[in-house]
Formats: sequence, structure tokens, C-alpha cells
Amino acid sequence: MFKGDFIKNLPKIYGTYTGGFIVFIILMAIAEQAGVSAKNIGVMFVAFTVLIYALIGYLSRTIQVDAYYVAGRQVPTVFNGMATAADWMSGASFVALAGGVYFGGYTYMAFLVGWTGGYVLVATLMAPYLRKFGCYTVPDFIGTRYGGNLVRACAVFVLFIASFTYVTAQINATGTIASRALGIPFEAGVWVGLISILICSMLGGMRAVTWTQVAQYIVLIIAYLIPVFWISSNVGGGIFPHLMLGDEVARLGELEQQFGLVKNSAADMKAAGVPGGLKYISGSHSGVPEGGMAVWKYLSLAICMMVGTASLPHILMRYFTTPSVRAARKSVAWSLFFIFLLYSSAPMLATLSKLALMDPNLPTGIIGKSISEVQSIEWVQRWSEVKQVFIADFNGDGILQLNEWFMRGDVVVLATPEVAGLPFVISGLVFAGGMAAAMSTADGLVLAISNALSHDIYYKIIDPKADTAKRLLVARVLLVIIGAAGAYIASFRLTSILGSVAWAFDFAMSGLFFPLVLGVWWKRATRAGAIAGIVSGIASGTLYLLWVFPKFSVPLFGGVNTPFLGIDHLRFGLIGAPICLIVMVVVSLMTKEPSPATQKMVDDTRIPTGKAILGKQH
Amino acid sequence: MSNKDAYWNKTKNHMIVTLVLWAFFSLVIFMFGSELNTMSFLGYPLAYYMTAQGSLLAFVIILFWTANKQEKIDEEHGFSEREDD
Repeated sequence: MFKGDFIKNLPKIYGTYTGGFIVFIILMAIAEQAGVSAKNIGVMFVAFTVLIYALIGYLSRTIQVDAYYVAGRQVPTVFNGMATAADWMSGASFVALAGGVYFGGYTYMAFLVGWTGGYVLVATLMAPYLRKFGCYTVPDFIGTRYGGNLVRACAVFVLFIASFTYVTAQINATGTIASRALGIPFEAGVWVGLISILICSMLGGMRAVTWTQVAQYIVLIIAYLIPVFWISSNVGGGIFPHLMLGDEVARLGELEQQFGLVKNSAADMKAAGVPGGLKYISGSHSGVPEGGMAVWKYLSLAICMMVGTASLPHILMRYFTTPSVRAARKSVAWSLFFIFLLYSSAPMLATLSKLALMDPNLPTGIIGKSISEVQSIEWVQRWSEVKQVFIADFNGDGILQLNEWFMRGDVVVLATPEVAGLPFVISGLVFAGGMAAAMSTADGLVLAISNALSHDIYYKIIDPKADTAKRLLVARVLLVIIGAAGAYIASFRLTSILGSVAWAFDFAMSGLFFPLVLGVWWKRATRAGAIAGIVSGIASGTLYLLWVFPKFSVPLFGGVNTPFLGIDHLRFGLIGAPICLIVMVVVSLMTKEPSPATQKMVDDTRIPTGKAILGKQH
Repeated sequence: MSNKDAYWNKTKNHMIVTLVLWAFFSLVIFMFGSELNTMSFLGYPLAYYMTAQGSLLAFVIILFWTANKQEKIDEEHGFSEREDD
């Protein structure tokens, strides 16, 4: 069926795959009509897609070092864009983003700008130069550019902290979705998720992860967009919501006026027994909060997420896999295009979902109705049982007010299809999409960590004479260990999904952003400067996080501290990164300028043509 | 000035232009969120539209534009990679 080169056949292969997936959705729809239970459809969706990924992972197995670390540097531009988009869009993006917009409105959408704008920094400052350099990992660049094992080890340390914070959240999300779709306990779901993740990455490393991520992107984007368009036409939002929801946004403003945006007191919520993690609407959907502090909060969050994006190793390493420097640049553009398709849809889904629940003129509306009536609705009962939604009649009038309806953010994505009256096959599809999103990111992260440990720590520092077989064995063993450690920690549910995701960005920007940028753009940057910068950046950022985050500051500093200039625990990179920059510049200027050989290396990095700095096999 | 230096100067200037555009769409316009929200686009309040969709789209366009422009700079200075590299 597919003659010739695998790479040349990619459009055909993934075209067939997409067609096959759509046929599977149709079969499931028929099965639903024929009376197969909702639960079994959910199980089949998750099982079928995970099996496909496992198959791709197995077919991509390799015994070559450059295939394992950088997919043989032959991933075409557009496909690398899809793989990066899947690598990027995590379980949190898929499941929690629309919920965040639902509750946070305009203020929350600083995340949307931050998580997309960062790619401009990736494309202009980093990706093409790192590709030219020819490194296998991000610490590989830092270690070679600045020279020496210590600076390499420092970079691995930052990579480890940032990626590990992120990966526990992803394994957590995989576990949540697996447990809901398969009807198993969360702790078991985490381990099921981990095994699925490892099957995709263990045998083929980067090559396997690349081709499964492309497959996962296709599933997750179909699973996100079909419901958005369908719900939109069901609740009267028009067939193309992105361009047609102006009236709905205005209507939400009216409804907010009508119901009133009330803030509940913590004591009231505690007395009513609102389960943890559930939220209610207390802010405006499209209104911009007044005042300079509100503007600063928005901008500071956007800055942290953008700079963090440009420092996250699991994203940067995707651009090591393209065939050329030029392809790396274009590939960043394609990545953002594919990300844009989902990110621009999340606010639309939030608008539709909010309207469906709030508008009394719609049959789905629940706010303003009698509580006993709302409690008899099937989906409300089902999600109440698992403590995902909650009703507290604060004023005792028996009518559901806006501030009396509590919901977990994930419910916006997971339950809206049901609320808007879509068949269950769509909910099954959404489970598969969420699973794809969480798995693809977890794969990329686990690989980023284990590659850095196996290549930079084991091969470059501990045993430079190791042969290929031994290197790949170590890489695979580390992969399993890292994955298992992530799953073990995830099973304790330490923090909400988004809290820790934002931390990963702050850690990465504190310790890696300036060493990477200056490594290319400032020849004068020295080894001592880089070491001092990384250490002071990550140390100051971490200390600030411990000081500002109440859960840490109470036991450590004996009290709750007021954030300095509004820089709270989501924004601590704003402390770490500037300190890293200043220290790095000062120490670099105080030490002797880099050797002519190093300066020539930087010159060569800046030009697309010519030999890579590091050889094909290194 | 050698060809390499001329190339790097152009690349640097191009980087600065790109980052100015980036800063405009990611930071500058959101400094004036309340003011922008009194205007409307496609029926959406403008600041809401920009953060939900407009700036995101602007970044995509900037990235394709900047990659094409950089390729032209590569060509001008003879640093264009062969297709089979």
C-alpha cells in the first residue's frame, strides 16, 4: 500500500489514520444507537486510541543513537508542528483551559496570550540556533557552548526541576481521565496512564514519541473542535462560533447584571461544605478589571508564561528533529498554527457553556430555577455524586443563584457536550482527546528528563566511553524510573493541575532563559557567568516561591506573606529570571572573555549553512 | 565589514523588529484593556477579542512572516541551505 520512503508517505499514512479514526467515531455512534452503554463507549474510545499509539511506538523502535535522541533529524516541518502542538497542549490545556476562562474571564486569558506569544521568542531567539548547533538535549547546548561538566550539570538540574513539576501534573491528568473513562480508582488510573506513556516512548525514544504525538494531535484536535461547533449550533450560537459569538458575549454581560456577581465569604462556603477545588462565577466574562494593579497582574502573568515557554526543554528539543535550520523556523510557525486551532476555541467553548447554564431562555439554563428542579436533572445528579458539582442555598430561597452553583473547571469540557444534549459518543471522544493531550505532553517531558540524564549526566560526565547499546539501555531504564517516580508522586494529588503547570514555566525561565539566549546572542558570556546565573536564578526563584506560597511559607517562615509587587506563586519567575540575567552579565564581565575557539563556535551557530557544531553522532 | 558580520547585523535588526511586533500584540495593547473594550470588533469588545483570539492570530502571522523574511536574508548573503541538507 505504501511504497517507497516512509517520510514521503507521511501525508498518506496520517490521512488514512484520520479517516480510520472518523470511521471509528461513526461506528461508536452506531453502537450507541444499538444500545451499547455509555460506559462501554468511553472504555472503547480510550482503549482503541491508546492501542494505536502503542502500535506506533512499537513500529518506531530503534537501536540508533540519533534516531533515539532526535528522531534522526528528518521530521518534516508541518508534522513537527503537529507533534510540537501535541507536546505542548497538555491535559491541563485540554481539560482545564476552557474551565479557567469560564471562571476567570478576561483576567485568566492572560494564559492564552502567554502560552502562544512565547513561540515568537522560541522562533527568533532560540530554535534555529539550537538546531544549527546540533545538540541532542538542551543541557548539551549549554554544556558545549560554555564548556565543562559543572555548567552542564547545572542545566540538567534546572531541566529536571521544571520538567518534573510539569510531568506529575500530566500523569495526574492522565490518571484522572483514565479513571473516569474506565471506571477505575484514581490511583489505578495513574498507573494505567504511566504504562500507556511508557509504551509510546520506551522502544523508540524521540522517533516513537514524534510519530505518536502526531497521531495524538489528530485525535485531540478532532475531539476538541467537533463538540465546540456542534454545541454552538445546538444552543443557537451559529455554525462558526469563533466569528459569531459577539451577541452571546454581550448577553452574558446582561445576565451577569441580572443575577449579580456576588462574592461568597470563606466562612459561608465552609459552613455549606463546598468540596475543595470547586469554583463559582464571581468575575465578569469579558469586562476588563479596573486599575493599574489589574493591568500589571495580567501583563506579569503573560510575561512569565511567554518567557517560560521559550525555556521549556521538552518544547525546544522538538526543533532539534527538523532536517534543516530553515525547517526549524517554519516549524515553529506551524506549531503555533496548530496550537491556535485549539486555544482560540477554548474561550468560545467557555462562552457557550456559560450561556447554556445561565440563560433562562434556553432549555439547558439552570441559574434562576428552583433548586429541587435542578437537582433532578440527570447530568447534575451524575456529576454531584463524584463531587464535581455542588449546590449551596446560601440565602435559603430555594432558587439557584449564580453564586450558589459550584463546579470543577474540568466539567466545562467534560460535561458540556452532555449538557447541550449531544450524544454520549461525543463525551467518549472528549475522553479520548483528553487522554491524548495528557499522554503526549507526559511523553515529551519524561523523554526530556531521561535524555538529559542519560546523555548529559551518564554519557558525557560519568562514562564517555560507553557504547551505543549501553547508552540506549541506560536511557530506557531512566525513562522507566522517571515515569514511575512521576506517577508515584502524582498519586498523592499534591496540587491542582494548573498551579503546578505554571510553576514549571517559572522554574524554567528562572534558570534557563538567559543562559540560552545569551549563549547565542552574546559572545562575551562566560562559563563562570552561566554557572552563577543558573544557580542564582533558580535559587532566588525557588526561595521566593517558598516565601510567597502560603502552604510553604506557614511552616517555613511562620506566616502568610504579602506578595512583593503582586508577584505571587504563579509569577515567581519574575524574581528568578532578572536575578539570573544580572548575575550572569556581571560575572561574565568580571571573568576573562571566552577563548577564540568558543567565539568561533558562536559565530558558526549564527549561520544556517555549514557543519553543525556537534557531529551527527556524539 | 565581512559578509558574515553584515548577515548577522541584518538578522539582529530583523530580530528586533519581530520582537517589537511581538511586544505590541502581547503587552502594549493589554496596557489599555479598559479603553479598548469600549470599541468592538465582530461584535466582541475589542480587548476581549484580542486576548481570546486576535493576538493569538497575530502571533501566527508574525511567525510565518518572520521565517520568510529571514529566509530572504539567508539567500541575500548566500547562507541558504540546500533542500537536501
